[in-house]
Amino acid sequence: MLGEGILKGLAETARNFAGSFVSAERLTTVQYPEQRIAPIEATRDFPFLVYDGADWEAGMRCVACQICEKECPPQCIYIEKSKDKKPDFVGKPQFYPARFDIDISVCMSCQICVEVCPFEAIKMDTEFELSTEDRFGGLLFDRKELAKPNEHYHKIHPTEAAEVDARLAEEKAKADAKAKAAAEAAAAKAAAPAKTAAVGDAAAKPAEGASRA
Amino acid sequence: MIETADQIFVLLKQWVVGLLPAGLQPVAGVLLSVVAIIAVFPTLFALAVWVERKALGRMQNRIGPNRVGPLGILQPVADGIKSLTKEDIVPLSADAAVHFLAPVVLVVAVFMGFAVLPMGRNMELVDMDAGLLFFFAMGASTELSVFMAGWSSRNKYSLLGAMRAVAQMISYEVVLLLSSAAVVMITGSLSLVKIVEAQNHYTWGLPHWYIFTPWGCAGFVMYAIAATAETNRSPFDLPEGESELVAGYHTEYSGFKFALFFLGEYLAMFSISGLGTTLFLGGWSAPFSFLGWVPSWIWFFAKVMLSIVVFIWMRGTLPRLRQDQLMNFAWKFVLPLTMLNLLVAGLWRFLGDGWERWVVCSAILVLAFAVMGREGMRREHFGPRRYRYAE
Repeated sequence: MLGEGILKGLAETARNFAGSFVSAERLTTVQYPEQRIAPIEATRDFPFLVYDGADWEAGMRCVACQICEKECPPQCIYIEKSKDKKPDFVGKPQFYPARFDIDISVCMSCQICVEVCPFEAIKMDTEFELSTEDRFGGLLFDRKELAKPNEHYHKIHPTEAAEVDARLAEEKAKADAKAKAAAEAAAAKAAAPAKTAAVGDAAAKPAEGASRA
Repeated sequence: MIETADQIFVLLKQWVVGLLPAGLQPVAGVLLSVVAIIAVFPTLFALAVWVERKALGRMQNRIGPNRVGPLGILQPVADGIKSLTKEDIVPLSADAAVHFLAPVVLVVAVFMGFAVLPMGRNMELVDMDAGLLFFFAMGASTELSVFMAGWSSRNKYSLLGAMRAVAQMISYEVVLLLSSAAVVMITGSLSLVKIVEAQNHYTWGLPHWYIFTPWGCAGFVMYAIAATAETNRSPFDLPEGESELVAGYHTEYSGFKFALFFLGEYLAMFSISGLGTTLFLGGWSAPFSFLGWVPSWIWFFAKVMLSIVVFIWMRGTLPRLRQDQLMNFAWKFVLPLTMLNLLVAGLWRFLGDGWERWVVCSAILVLAFAVMGREGMRREHFGPRRYRYAE
């Protein structure tokens, strides 16, 4: 008969109403500032810059290639390339960002910067309590505010960070092997004239140069 | 003692008025009652908003407001302060005068309705012979304010909301009037005081409220449906459907004017619940004869608050209707049933005092409800819609 559904619905809401007083597990919300739920691993909001080691400036993975700046749909990244170079984790000299700003009031959390970064230098953070009284300066993060250690990345996204570390280690191993091979080749080359010159110790020097190139 | 508690407000008023010179007494008496109404119902409004937010939260397995004061009881105060300090924005192309008048007209018209409601024994501002007529006249003028708001805002959402509101309110106004007409037929009076007195009798300790008769029960259900639609409450909240129309007719209102609309809406709920209580639930009379010692005004306000709780319960349960369902439901289902109910009320009057009238009247109403409900569902007048896609 007409109206049965309404009665069923009313009974259901009445059950919810009474049940929420009796059993705490019915309540789907938590009392936020006091109680917190740990964010799930896939959580993301705004990007941060990863650095290795203790010094954020020396360990920064970013090489200021500006791919993320170009790809960013809302154009919220601003990068200035450095004039000089410094060695990256493999030991290769690279540019570094003299300035790296992200305007998080513009950022739309799309993660495209992370997808396009070839250096695993920019990742998504989970920090969301970013409210500030200064809506311009307070929401424009410079490279110091953006820089966070690799350990932080491991803490917020453990699986992903392990994968990234494995990939970087593999890359480094490959680079090392290549350098070693180059060094050996150079050593062999050096050894050929060495047979005549008979200076075995000199082989180490060009090998070092090859690994840097 | 019991008599004093029952009449405490009346005695208080007489005492205060007695202190004044004789020439001022009639005016002072009316003013005092008006002030009491203006003080009591907005307080109830604050309470109802808190109850609504807490109850809705619980129905959705949330806790509801709990930050301002113990259990969030001071939340309405915080909301009030917030709306008072907010900027009052009038759109550049709006008709400023009408835009300003709309919320005022709403609140004034709704407050006028309280003038004729008997809120306790001897507790009515005016005992009008045509009190019911006056109440409906005032209730109908809230439609005017809704349309004023929608039209003067010069906003398409406001206008759409206002058009929906007018269509809905006019449709359900007919039902509201006709379902109350049955009560008038039986009582033989339009005076709300007389209607309550007619219900204030007891047999075996049980009251003679009209809801306990077949025609009264059916009338009450239809009155409740029409009242929900008339006050734009869920599931009939199409005029302000926030998922479709931003906020409907009060889209362009902010600050205290918005608060006035909010207040007006709740006051309309109180007044229409008060009328429903008066017509079908025995007004201020006690539910059992042995509870007669409890002051009459407590019963009236308890019944009104109970109706408000039911309103909240419905809001927590039912999704919003579609426009065509709304219209079909009013004109093709509820209106024919109210007409039939008028006939049944007449039968009830002339079938005598025996058990036959109970059987005959109940049978007619239940049968009509079942058949019309089934037929309406079959023809998809108000059930879920079946979609046919192009092949």
